[in-house]
Amino acid sequence: MLEIRNLHAEIDGKKIINGLSLTVNDGEIAAIMGPNGSGKSTLSYVISGREGYTVTDGEILLDGANLLEMDASVRAAKGVFLAFQYPLEIPGVTTMTFLKACMNAQRKARGEAEFSTPDFMKRVRAGAEKLGVPQDMLRRALNVGFSGGEKKRMEVLQMSLLEPTFAILDETDSGLDIDALRIVADGVNALRDPKRSFLVITHYQRLLDYIVPDTVHVMSKGRIVKTGGKELALELEANGYRDFVGEAA
Amino acid sequence: MNARSAPPQTSAEAKIAADYVGARLSLPGGHAVADLRDAAFDAFMAAGFPTRRVEAWHYTDLKRAMSEALPIASPPSATSILAQGARLASLCPRMEDVDSLRVVLVDGHFIPALSDVVRLPQGVALHSLADALAHGDAALIEALAAPGLGQGDAALALNTAFMQGGFVLDIAAGVDVVHPIEVVSLSSSVAAQAIYGRSLVRLGAGARLTLVEAEACDNGSIEQRNCALVCQIADDATLEHVFVPAELSQGSTHVAHLLASLQSRASFNSFTLARGGGLVRRQVFLRFDGDHSKAQLAGANLLKGRDHCDTTLIVQHVAPHCESREYFKSVLDEEATGVYQGKVIVAPGAQKTDGAMKSHAILLSDGATMNNKPELEIFADDVVCGHGATVSQLDEDQLFYAQARGLPKHDAEAMLLEAFVDESADRIENEAIRAHVIALMGGWLAARRRA
Amino acid sequence: MAAVQETVDRVKSVDVDAYKYGFFTDIESDKAPKGLSEDTVRFISAKKNEPVWLTEWRLDAYRRWLTMTEPDWARVEYPKIDYQDLYYYSAPKSSPGPKNLDEVDPELLRVYEKLGIPLREQEVLAGVQERRVAVDAVFDSVSVATTFKAELAKAGVIFCPISEAVHSHPELVKKYLGSVVPVTDNYFATLNSAVFSDGSFVYIPPGVRCPMELSTYFRINEQNTGQFERTLIIADKGSYVSYLEGCTAPKRDENQLHAAVVELITHDDAEIKYSTVQNWYPGDSEGKGGIYNFVTKRGDCRGARSKISWTQVETGSAITWKYPSCILRGDESRGEFYSIAISNGRQQVDSGTKMIHLGKNTTSRIISKGISAGRSNNTYRGQVSAHRKATNARNFTNCDSLLIGETCGAHTIPYIEAKNATAVFEHEATTSKISEDQLFYCKQRGLSAEEATALIVNGFVRDVLQQLPMEFAVEAQKLISISLEGSVG
Repeated sequence: MLEIRNLHAEIDGKKIINGLSLTVNDGEIAAIMGPNGSGKSTLSYVISGREGYTVTDGEILLDGANLLEMDASVRAAKGVFLAFQYPLEIPGVTTMTFLKACMNAQRKARGEAEFSTPDFMKRVRAGAEKLGVPQDMLRRALNVGFSGGEKKRMEVLQMSLLEPTFAILDETDSGLDIDALRIVADGVNALRDPKRSFLVITHYQRLLDYIVPDTVHVMSKGRIVKTGGKELALELEANGYRDFVGEAA
Repeated sequence: MNARSAPPQTSAEAKIAADYVGARLSLPGGHAVADLRDAAFDAFMAAGFPTRRVEAWHYTDLKRAMSEALPIASPPSATSILAQGARLASLCPRMEDVDSLRVVLVDGHFIPALSDVVRLPQGVALHSLADALAHGDAALIEALAAPGLGQGDAALALNTAFMQGGFVLDIAAGVDVVHPIEVVSLSSSVAAQAIYGRSLVRLGAGARLTLVEAEACDNGSIEQRNCALVCQIADDATLEHVFVPAELSQGSTHVAHLLASLQSRASFNSFTLARGGGLVRRQVFLRFDGDHSKAQLAGANLLKGRDHCDTTLIVQHVAPHCESREYFKSVLDEEATGVYQGKVIVAPGAQKTDGAMKSHAILLSDGATMNNKPELEIFADDVVCGHGATVSQLDEDQLFYAQARGLPKHDAEAMLLEAFVDESADRIENEAIRAHVIALMGGWLAARRRA
Repeated sequence: MAAVQETVDRVKSVDVDAYKYGFFTDIESDKAPKGLSEDTVRFISAKKNEPVWLTEWRLDAYRRWLTMTEPDWARVEYPKIDYQDLYYYSAPKSSPGPKNLDEVDPELLRVYEKLGIPLREQEVLAGVQERRVAVDAVFDSVSVATTFKAELAKAGVIFCPISEAVHSHPELVKKYLGSVVPVTDNYFATLNSAVFSDGSFVYIPPGVRCPMELSTYFRINEQNTGQFERTLIIADKGSYVSYLEGCTAPKRDENQLHAAVVELITHDDAEIKYSTVQNWYPGDSEGKGGIYNFVTKRGDCRGARSKISWTQVETGSAITWKYPSCILRGDESRGEFYSIAISNGRQQVDSGTKMIHLGKNTTSRIISKGISAGRSNNTYRGQVSAHRKATNARNFTNCDSLLIGETCGAHTIPYIEAKNATAVFEHEATTSKISEDQLFYCKQRGLSAEEATALIVNGFVRDVLQQLPMEFAVEAQKLISISLEGSVG
């Protein structure tokens, strides 16, 4: 369970998150929607521990443990996963190499045994097949020369292999055509689990047709201004954000 | 480390030493200027003309080119000024669609009578260098000396010692000079002569100016030009600069210095079109003193015959968060030699520097040579710097494609060359001036096609 | 990735000054008197029982050296070297020359054991290593052992110390010595010509593909002793050889001079692949001690369609001054230079290459990856030049620098000279640091800052690592992380 209580955060002296509170229960899929500049991506960075952000007040607890005290890699080992809006390219490092380094680093941090090479290969191959990731992509340098859709698929593949307890999908639908969107959504849905929760950040309602949320939160000016069920997303699609933005102001 | 004994003085150097002793007392400026000149002269005499053993002159031997030192041009007489005024319009027609304010120099000397001084808007002050040196305050003398820029360069030291022609242009803070200022340089004498000019352009905070330097020389005589332009650009000011040096006759040497310093959030965009004419050395020393400033140095070198054109740029990032761009295109025909030396220096602490330089050359003839030396010297870690250099020919496939569509080979070549060099002129912001430069380049290419 | 994990573990296990080959072995040695004079030159020549022509060749070099001045154009700074305060010859007393391994001083064998260099053929054959490598081990001024000589001889390959080749194959040595790097080429090469001690000699006869990798392992042991090795490799028509070079030295407070000369010659259709992992003692983190490495390496693609490929991983030395070059004389010949140069602490690296295109249709390729950390300075200096008659010369250069920390410097000085209208040269260079975004991405996936940096750096140098023979690549990868130890903040 993820609990955010009265979070205030800023970057370069600029306040972005203003007293945000949010709870995502085990097994829940929560969606966050909001206009550009409402602080959605910042929230994902603050949860996952990107440097440069200053938390001035509030706390973020994952299963009761204070995330804010941990380094990004420690949070990852704790089960926090962020599917990036713009996944990074790492030239010269093959996808396979990267996956193995990450999986074993996390296992080691949790005191678990590292995967043997054949074991690891088997898992990756199976995961890749499910997501329609071709084998040759695994031998190429991570994300280098990948299309937008391939990069997003790679994010979901990483998520499936790292088996997080709390996954954030930051605008995972951006830049995807409808076929790619379906593949990615199927991949996410396959990972639904009573012990795993999701925070789906999106600008449009479209993604939520494929990844059906339990709850929908509207974010504006750094806080949650409205919470409802999945029908709230449809309402937003029809009426836009204007009403809610007004409410916050 | 190893003290090399100074090479013996050449006769040209000896002549210059004698000239200096003779001219010293009559050169413009008070005690402070005299001291500046003396120090520069001593520095020049200690080093002599640069040879290829001087790393910054790796591909250009000025000592060899300066086999003799020509007599220094004196200020033109009243008759000469009248004569130049009469042919100004034909020799240097106005740029199409550019309503410029003209500043006319004859043999390097500012001639108010031929210049559009009465049209100068408020906030724009223009003086001759001689006036400025004689009456200017300490700040002006220091500005002219451009401390820290081009230090150790013997050719610049020589200019400092002899500087006499030129002008000082001041744009007051906040003034946006709508009309481009066009500096036209003419040569009056048919006798071989040397010209040492230095000019200063100062932009106050937030000021904006477009400055065109156009040189014309039609008398067929040999010249030794050693001229410097100093640009001081204050906070938030913007200077666009286009320089079209004269095509001097073979045997001439032309050293053109540009010394620029930028304060914060300033912008400087400079373009040089070099069309050869003896030995040309274009050297730019630029320094970012304030943060968040941008500078672009671009140019095209169109060279044929035995032209030798050396473009050497030294860009110093001292302040953080600045961006520099260098972009040069060279076309080399016959036995021409092109040189591009670009050096970007990022000082410790100049974090977030973004520097990129490109030099692209096309060789058209077996006798042509292109030398590229794009250097990076980096002492700060959070930077993005890069350079690219290519040397190649016209693309055979493209040529064939154009020919297959019915273009004769020469026309097809000209078309591809035009596309190649025009890309550099795209960096000129002012559209009409850009069109003018592209037309000049087209003229060079057309002449080649006819040849 | 196992290798990444391993490097990180190793980085953690070493102390601040991570050099692991820094031990000194007390072996009684036979030295020339200190200082340099004609007598020193004669002493060395006499020790090696050299023919008169070679003694004269050395003396000529020495006399010319006296008239030369030390070059000062490189971006390196060091106190003046006192050439009279050095020993120019030092040999383990017990081992006057290479011989049967059983006769080699067991103490010496233990040194190589400690360094991980296999000198006992039977151990190699017993499968300690998957690939067999013949080794010439040079200890200070002499070669102490050369393995697999007999087996190589069956293929017609000559692989022996150059001091031995002078006697066994004088016609070859006389013909090729100094033919690529002339006696007066430069200050350090001339010094080497006067006092060179030992090094390897390789001759591959026409049409022979050398049946195993050849390797020379250089070790400086003695104090105040310069090492001046000389390597000469000739690949005759249609032959091929892959040659590896490794080097280490003890940790010492004072600097030691290493001025080597390597000459490669390829005839028609021949190929030499020359790989170096240079791991001389770099000095401590404050810049005390370390090797001054002034090396002249040059290959002459004399024959048509011949090829020379240099691969270097430079992690050691206080000062590196080194430009392995190719003279592309033969038509359609090809030169390659792949380099990883890492500097940390107070190291100064000025390294690069020259590709001189003389023949028709010659091609060259340069991939250089520089990594600077600590308070070091790392300079790439390269020249690509096409002469008038070098029609269709082609070069591609890629030169990237990575900065780790704000107190180091990275510099790029290329000279690109085209004197032929049919030349096509492409040069690209970048300088940057590891991006914060990349680091965060890796950390979000669970990697620590150290692991993330090691991973990204390994990716950065991968193009070059792939050029190394397998076992060297693994070793080099480990070395890279060790060299960057302490640089990740």
